[in-house]
Amino acid sequence: MIPELGHIILLLALGVALVQGVVPLAGAQRGRHDWIALARPTAYLQFVLVVLSFICLTASFVRHDFSVLYVASNSNSALPLPYRIAAVWGGHEGSLLLWVLMLNVWTVAVARFSRSLPQVFVARILAVLGLLAAGFLLFMLITSNPFERLLPAAADGRDLNPLLQDPGMVIHPPMLYMGYVGFSVAYAFAIAALIGGNLDAVWARWTRPWTSAAWIFLTFGIGLGSWWAYNELGWGGWWFWDPVENASFMPWLAGTALIHSLAVTEKRGSFKAWTVLLAILAFSLSLMGTFLVRSGVLSSVHAFATDPRRGLFILAFLVLVIGASLLLYAWRAPSVGLGQRFGIVSKESMLLVNNMLLAAACAAVLLGTLYPLFLDAMGMGKISVGPPYFDTVFVLMMAPLMLLMGVGPLMRWKNDELTGVARRLRWAFALAVVAALATGWVAGQVAPATTGGLVLAYWIMASIGVDLLERLRPRSGLGGSIVGRARLLPRAMVGMMIAHLGVALFAFGVAMVKTYGTERDVKMGPDSSTDLAGYHFRMVSVRNVDGPNYAAAQGLIEVSRDARVIAMLQPEKRIYRVQNNPMTEAAVDSNLLRDLYISMGEQLPTGEWVVRVQHKPFIALIWIGCLVMMFGGGLAASDRRYRSRLTRDAMLRPAVLGGRAR
Amino acid sequence: MKRFLLPLALFFVLVAFLATGLRLDPREVSSPLVDKPAPAFQATVLARPEFILRRDDLLGKVWLLNVWASWCSACRVEHPVLIDFARRGGVPIYGLNYKDKREDGLGWLRQFGNPYRDSLFDPDGRIGIDYGVYGVPETFVIDSKGVIRYKHIGPVTPDVLRDTIEPLLRKLNA
Repeated sequence: MIPELGHIILLLALGVALVQGVVPLAGAQRGRHDWIALARPTAYLQFVLVVLSFICLTASFVRHDFSVLYVASNSNSALPLPYRIAAVWGGHEGSLLLWVLMLNVWTVAVARFSRSLPQVFVARILAVLGLLAAGFLLFMLITSNPFERLLPAAADGRDLNPLLQDPGMVIHPPMLYMGYVGFSVAYAFAIAALIGGNLDAVWARWTRPWTSAAWIFLTFGIGLGSWWAYNELGWGGWWFWDPVENASFMPWLAGTALIHSLAVTEKRGSFKAWTVLLAILAFSLSLMGTFLVRSGVLSSVHAFATDPRRGLFILAFLVLVIGASLLLYAWRAPSVGLGQRFGIVSKESMLLVNNMLLAAACAAVLLGTLYPLFLDAMGMGKISVGPPYFDTVFVLMMAPLMLLMGVGPLMRWKNDELTGVARRLRWAFALAVVAALATGWVAGQVAPATTGGLVLAYWIMASIGVDLLERLRPRSGLGGSIVGRARLLPRAMVGMMIAHLGVALFAFGVAMVKTYGTERDVKMGPDSSTDLAGYHFRMVSVRNVDGPNYAAAQGLIEVSRDARVIAMLQPEKRIYRVQNNPMTEAAVDSNLLRDLYISMGEQLPTGEWVVRVQHKPFIALIWIGCLVMMFGGGLAASDRRYRSRLTRDAMLRPAVLGGRAR
Repeated sequence: MKRFLLPLALFFVLVAFLATGLRLDPREVSSPLVDKPAPAFQATVLARPEFILRRDDLLGKVWLLNVWASWCSACRVEHPVLIDFARRGGVPIYGLNYKDKREDGLGWLRQFGNPYRDSLFDPDGRIGIDYGVYGVPETFVIDSKGVIRYKHIGPVTPDVLRDTIEPLLRKLNA
């Protein structure tokens, strides 16, 4: 009964989404205020319906209803409750439902926090979001109904993919989807502004906090996914350039570019056409990521359920959504006009280069991801692309970007002088070089590539320091203490500095772990031991442990340094009973300075185990860097000027209404 | 206006490729090498750098060539299947360790088990090019005369093994 209820509710939600997508949009074109007024109520109603349907599916999982095909394929009677709930989005159908749920969360947030925006504009935004929801609901109902029955019911389920049975997996997909789907808001703002013809600085200011919010979630989702892969895949890597990782990384790159170009559009009115294109692209890449993951055109560990029919539907949807948006763009963008002029040496041109580099990096990732497909489609399948390609190309793009990251924030808008900037930053640069060499010397090896990475990381930190010092220096008209002057710094600016600091920490972590990480594979039995990077590892015992749905061999390894025990680690080798999959459950002792990472391999005929011990200096900074970036983004998004209720709506409204008649 | 149509044009080129990609199964691209003699190779063995293995050393028996790499995430998916296949006996599997580092490859085998009789070491992908390797993993069935009889792209699943590869092996060994 519950699954049927969920199914019917989904159908109702589709109906509501269609009303939400069509009526307010038509109302905005024809000036019908009663139609426009429908936007918010329908958005709320759709949200309630989708939540109810999501609850229905969750209930089927919790109650072990194996007469539902999706539950039978992704759960098992021995699966613990938290994982049964996470299993709701552990497969294709349920993760689509999560997608739609997230879309509704964002829609409701827009409906709720857009009181200060013109009604017509909000109606268009909510309508665009409604149409997107309708597309996905239709996709779900036609090709991937999560409530499909399995009659007669299965005696027991096939269990959740063991890779997904990890605490990180419970929150990784929702966060990632919040980010993915979050770009739909920036997209809807862009489309609404293109239709209404009010693509201006005020539009950019409205879009900025939403873009930053989506970007924060995406950063968190990607970072969490990387951390999960590190802990769960059991081989100590943290990024694999897997097609699905790339699919989430491309919108991130486009979104990062968008955040920066929105700043120019808001402050100087320039880059408008480019900004709106980026808003469309960021969301289009999210959609395309969905296509790549779901259609099976590329093979990947993540691609759990693939079906060409689904692929065809998503492709048609892609053509409709992206094609229509780009057509609208081609039609409307030429009349947008250029912003104010700027010199070659100016903050604008710095941000322009930033955008070009990020866009190029995004294109390089897209190319690398689709390369096998391109070659295949053209009938020549000779070259495969792996991490060697991505690592090289990506570093080539990111190095100049980070170099600019130290210069750009200190430049003045419109026009600046190169010599002046160079003078302000010369000590920062010298300091960065010295610090990088010193770090290499302390670590015991100065390698050119690493030193380059470290110089860039220190360079960003030093230039943030210079920027901060200059801004806090006593100036005429700005009296008071340092603290007083610090308080006067706009939050958006502090947020930017912190986010850039996050990039520096991240780069530092990557450079350190790539060069100074060490590892060793050893045979270990009870009481055997090994040494690595000054640590002593002794295997105490291996015992058999029974989990709820797996059996495991669990090692107990004592880690000591200078004869002092610092950790007892318990790596496991698990066999999940239902799918009969071996899984490596690594054990990690982590602090800011280093991770000690132990994973168990195969058991040898002698009874000993192959154990991989890894020492990873500063790897935690990779994820801490992500958290710091997020924190910076959050600060910037919460700047006062986005929250003030007194916008210039009164002035704007006529312009918006005027735009709709065209 | 023309300038602003460019993104749309690029998008349609992309769509054309994606649409073509939909009709192709990434795991079932027929190789021009099927039913042709396996390209000759001469390579060191992963575990024994001093030992050279040639194609002709393997004439006279049916064998599988499995292309893998430690950086390849999909290889992890098929690995238990290969381990299981090797454990059951049958024909030997030779690995082709593709564009990898020796210590990484060896570590990976220690970590996840070694289903291979031996693995050819192909750090610059030269053998891979000869064999038309399109992505990792790939698996070739090579008969006792050294002719490639089948090629599978992507992870070998238990279904592929049971429905395609094993019947073919029975036929070849009959």
